[in-house]
Amino acid sequence: MSNTANTQKKNGFLAGTANYVDERVGVGGILKEFGRKIFPDHWSFMLGEVALYSFLVLLLSGTFLTFFFQPSMTDVIYDGVYAPLKGAHMSIAYASSLDITFEVRGGLLMRQVHHWSALLFVAAAGLHMLRVFFTGAFRKPREINWVVGFVLFVLGMAAGFTGYSLPDDLLSGNGLRIIDGMIKGVPFIGTGISSLLFGGEFPGHAIVGRLYSLHIMLVPALILVFLAVHLFMLVIHKHTHYSGPGRKDTNVVGYPLMPVYVAKAGGFFFIVFGVIMLIATFFTINPIWNYGGYDPSPVSAGTQPDWYIGWLDGALRLAPTGIEFMIGDYTVSTNILLPLVVSLVFLALVAIYPFVENWVTGDKREHHVLDRPRNAPVRTAIGAAGVMFYAVLWAGASTDLIATNFKMSLNQVLVTMQISLIILPIVAFLVTKRVCLSLQRKDREIAIHGRESGRIVRLPHGEYIEVHEPLDPHDLYKLVDFKDYKPTLARPNAQGKITVAARLRSSLSKFYFEDRIAPATQTEIDEAAHHAHEIEAEVQKAIESSK
Amino acid sequence: MSDKSKEIAKQSGAYSDHEYDAGLRVIHEDAVANPGIEPHRVRMTDKSVKHEKNAVRQVAAFFTLSMLGSALALYAYFAFPISEDLTTVRLNTLYLGVGITLGLLGIGIGAVHWAKTLMPDNEVSEERHLTRGSDEKRAAAIEIINLANQESGFSRRKLIRRTLYGSLALFPLPGIILFADLGPSLGDKLRHTAWKQGTRLTKDPYGSPIKASEVTIGSVFHVIPEGLMPGEENYLEEKAKAAVLLVRVDPEILIETEERASWSYQGIVAYSKICTHVGCPVALYEQQTHHLLCPCHQSTFDLVDGCKVIFGPATRSLPQLPISVDAEGYLIAQSDFHEPVGPSFWDRSVQQ
Amino acid sequence: MAQLKRKLNGLRRSPRALVVVLFAGLLVVGSGYTAVQAAVSPSTAVTRSQEQIDLGKRIFLSNCASCHGKNAEGTMNGPSLIGVGEASVDFQVSTGRMPGAASGPQLEVKPVQFTEEQISALAAYVGSLADGPSIPDASYLQANGDSTKGGELFRINCAMCHNAGGAGGALTQGKYAPNLMGSSEKTIYEAMLTGPQNMPVFNDANITPEEKNDIITYLKYLQNNRSVGGDELGNLGPVVEGLVAWLGLLGLIIAITIWLGAKSN
Repeated sequence: MSNTANTQKKNGFLAGTANYVDERVGVGGILKEFGRKIFPDHWSFMLGEVALYSFLVLLLSGTFLTFFFQPSMTDVIYDGVYAPLKGAHMSIAYASSLDITFEVRGGLLMRQVHHWSALLFVAAAGLHMLRVFFTGAFRKPREINWVVGFVLFVLGMAAGFTGYSLPDDLLSGNGLRIIDGMIKGVPFIGTGISSLLFGGEFPGHAIVGRLYSLHIMLVPALILVFLAVHLFMLVIHKHTHYSGPGRKDTNVVGYPLMPVYVAKAGGFFFIVFGVIMLIATFFTINPIWNYGGYDPSPVSAGTQPDWYIGWLDGALRLAPTGIEFMIGDYTVSTNILLPLVVSLVFLALVAIYPFVENWVTGDKREHHVLDRPRNAPVRTAIGAAGVMFYAVLWAGASTDLIATNFKMSLNQVLVTMQISLIILPIVAFLVTKRVCLSLQRKDREIAIHGRESGRIVRLPHGEYIEVHEPLDPHDLYKLVDFKDYKPTLARPNAQGKITVAARLRSSLSKFYFEDRIAPATQTEIDEAAHHAHEIEAEVQKAIESSK
Repeated sequence: MSDKSKEIAKQSGAYSDHEYDAGLRVIHEDAVANPGIEPHRVRMTDKSVKHEKNAVRQVAAFFTLSMLGSALALYAYFAFPISEDLTTVRLNTLYLGVGITLGLLGIGIGAVHWAKTLMPDNEVSEERHLTRGSDEKRAAAIEIINLANQESGFSRRKLIRRTLYGSLALFPLPGIILFADLGPSLGDKLRHTAWKQGTRLTKDPYGSPIKASEVTIGSVFHVIPEGLMPGEENYLEEKAKAAVLLVRVDPEILIETEERASWSYQGIVAYSKICTHVGCPVALYEQQTHHLLCPCHQSTFDLVDGCKVIFGPATRSLPQLPISVDAEGYLIAQSDFHEPVGPSFWDRSVQQ
Repeated sequence: MAQLKRKLNGLRRSPRALVVVLFAGLLVVGSGYTAVQAAVSPSTAVTRSQEQIDLGKRIFLSNCASCHGKNAEGTMNGPSLIGVGEASVDFQVSTGRMPGAASGPQLEVKPVQFTEEQISALAAYVGSLADGPSIPDASYLQANGDSTKGGELFRINCAMCHNAGGAGGALTQGKYAPNLMGSSEKTIYEAMLTGPQNMPVFNDANITPEEKNDIITYLKYLQNNRSVGGDELGNLGPVVEGLVAWLGLLGLIIAITIWLGAKSN
């Protein structure tokens, strides 16, 4: 400790502060532990960071907005500066949103920053999830962190939707009305839940205040908690890295936290914030003044939710005509329940995927080297099918805009989407799997025979061959370092019985690994090299003899 | 340490990845060996003092740009105040936004450029350890749990344990029941609207009554019941159920069931505007096809055929409001709707 | 006059004139009904000179009669124009919708094919056949009404098809409600009054001339005051915002992450 006193004198202020903090917080130990932690560098590893930073921007801009927004549905007559609403009846919530927009300096900017970063938050989280999925980063030991991330994504949608509904304009009110209609369609409890949510009949006077509590308190608090867990587990696991020379399941290769990562990640926060600010400065988002206060009678063409709720709205639109039916005197709103169930099943499949794959492979080892998507063809194909399914639902929410902007019939667009919802995921699966397998074959070819040099040689017996150049060992390793699985047969258990689970696992393992391209082994590469030498010798001989 | 956990520790010894089951994974004995990290590529800024100095200047320039941006934002806050004139809002947003953007991007790009060009870019490798604790730690943890169990008697004292479970299961219930007052029972509210026998049909939103003669073929009126005025108690709730679309078509083409033959007046029909799917206002009337389209989910209703669904996710026809005229020629409702309006709910058809 | 004749001959010979509307059938069926409603939508007595009517008839015979009949009584290919009124003719022809081109779900806006003089002659001729909505009085086209009332009326009567920001929207089977951000006062008024194609009629009992002026006032306000928040993204709402968030915002950030992750040389 006397040493620190000395350094303090020598290095002045910086060391003095460090000493002061350490003596009170014990930060030295933490820095020693984490200060030189290694983080791998790759652009795709920053998507989660984008989500994190846009969440911080949301907290900052949202806090500003809370100081001016009044979540009350009491009726007032607007007397602000926006001329086409002067004298109109509206709720205090809407009037205060207009005041933020037109009468607070920087208020409109902050509203747009808040809304754009909300769209970015969910988008970046979604893309981050896709990166994790397609590279297999969810495998042991990160399955639980996948679920935590999934919960964060769902919470992001919840935060977004509760915020979308706050300005109490025509757009958000109609959005709430759709939610109310969906809730009422749930058997037994629908009308009860609707009343609890809205404090009686729709729209009531409570919903904006209630959503406000959820939006500024409960949901962000939950997001913070899950974020903390998410990041804590990231530290525990250390970040994954892509396969490559020097990368192993037992190490992590990259740059130290201090100083490189602090500068890069810290700078990146400012960049993300800056880009959001840039877009918010130049592009209008949610021009609430166009919509007027909520009134249950009018509706605007193009009434759509924000993008992250779009897929649910699309699911509602794509339900076939006339599927609601009666059981006795009771109405079963299949046209609401079917989309609801389909969406929930989809979400559930996303959440449990890591456990399914782990059960099939039975691979209980820790995985820290990421898969290239091509090296897990069936997983990549499943992901592509899922993305396609989601994308069709998402596009389903904009059938009207697709129809008007591409001069098509609304009805044809909708029917096409209905068919696509079934067909396209299957097509995506088959095509992606084939593409992955072909890429794997190509990799294997290159690994064994080397790169095509473009030099064509005619052998003495007349055969033409192209000379291949062997790969640099670092490049070679990228092509051959992946995990290879083989399907299993259903085996009887201790009682000599083949259980249903065993059968299922066996057929799933076939589904996953039936078409398998094994990585090139050293033996194969050596053999090919030997063969190449022979040819080279023959070529040399031919050249010699022709002289 | 208990004997049992000692034994576990002994058996496993130094643990490694290879003790976990690899499942269906094929381990290739002659896999290509890992050649180790690629050699470091030297940057221009490492080799040349000139480049290094340039990089330093660039980073400093970005940080300076940031300062200028922040200064611009401060200046803009006062220089572009907002007034009654909306263009001032645009200018305020624009200059404030540009200033803050520069303030942020300058710092961000500067810092990253600094890290990329001037900080060392040697890749470093760090060992990973298995996520699970070492056997000693696990054994110690088990020991603690066992000790806690012994000292508390958690496993031994069944009565305490079971009553604890019971109390834990019950204690949240009062908390949950507190939420019951979030909303009253809707009772029969979903089955009734503000329409009554003799209520005049009036124009939305200003409430002037409508004469039958004014409703010409091809026109559409957005209608609310008389007396429903903004600012009144339950205005929105009542309007949310009572909104009606009024259209006159050629009586010749109107397909009416016998029961409903008297619900229209000389080809004038009134239908609920609230979609039977999830409740959006079905307000798009195509006067040539006589189709009503919901802009939210594209359910389409055929107005001349009892507003039956001809496309989209809705199933039920829009409820019809029976209308006639009063002595002065104004359109009035014969009664309320004969069924609940709006989205389906479970017991909507149950007679009360 | 000779010049005009040449022009007319040219038109008659031009393929465009030959492809005159085959499908306008439905078009004025609705407008035709407006004949029934003389009481509601009283056409103010307009002074039309016989000369104008004669000119209009000549233009009609050479450009319109093939579909609408020699006496505008309608044919299989086009509806009767008796009683549609001058406003209807003025709306259809001065926006270029008529004469119609190739068949499609609905008439499209095209370059206008007649001079103002010719259009008013045509309107005068059709207006002389029977009473119908006449071209609105300029006093209702001043955009000097109450924009708040106009906004409310617009949202209740128009926004479901034309979008709250006037950006237009989809109807069934390929039809659509057009964008209103370029529409003139007169066009907006005449559209409400005559209910062209699938647009319903908003007669003067439904939306009074003063209220129509309010709506025009509101739309003009929207046309003249672009968004204070920056580019409006076509006023198309959350779908376009979502695309910008993905392709613009996230796209830009990803481009930056690639720069950030790339090694410096």
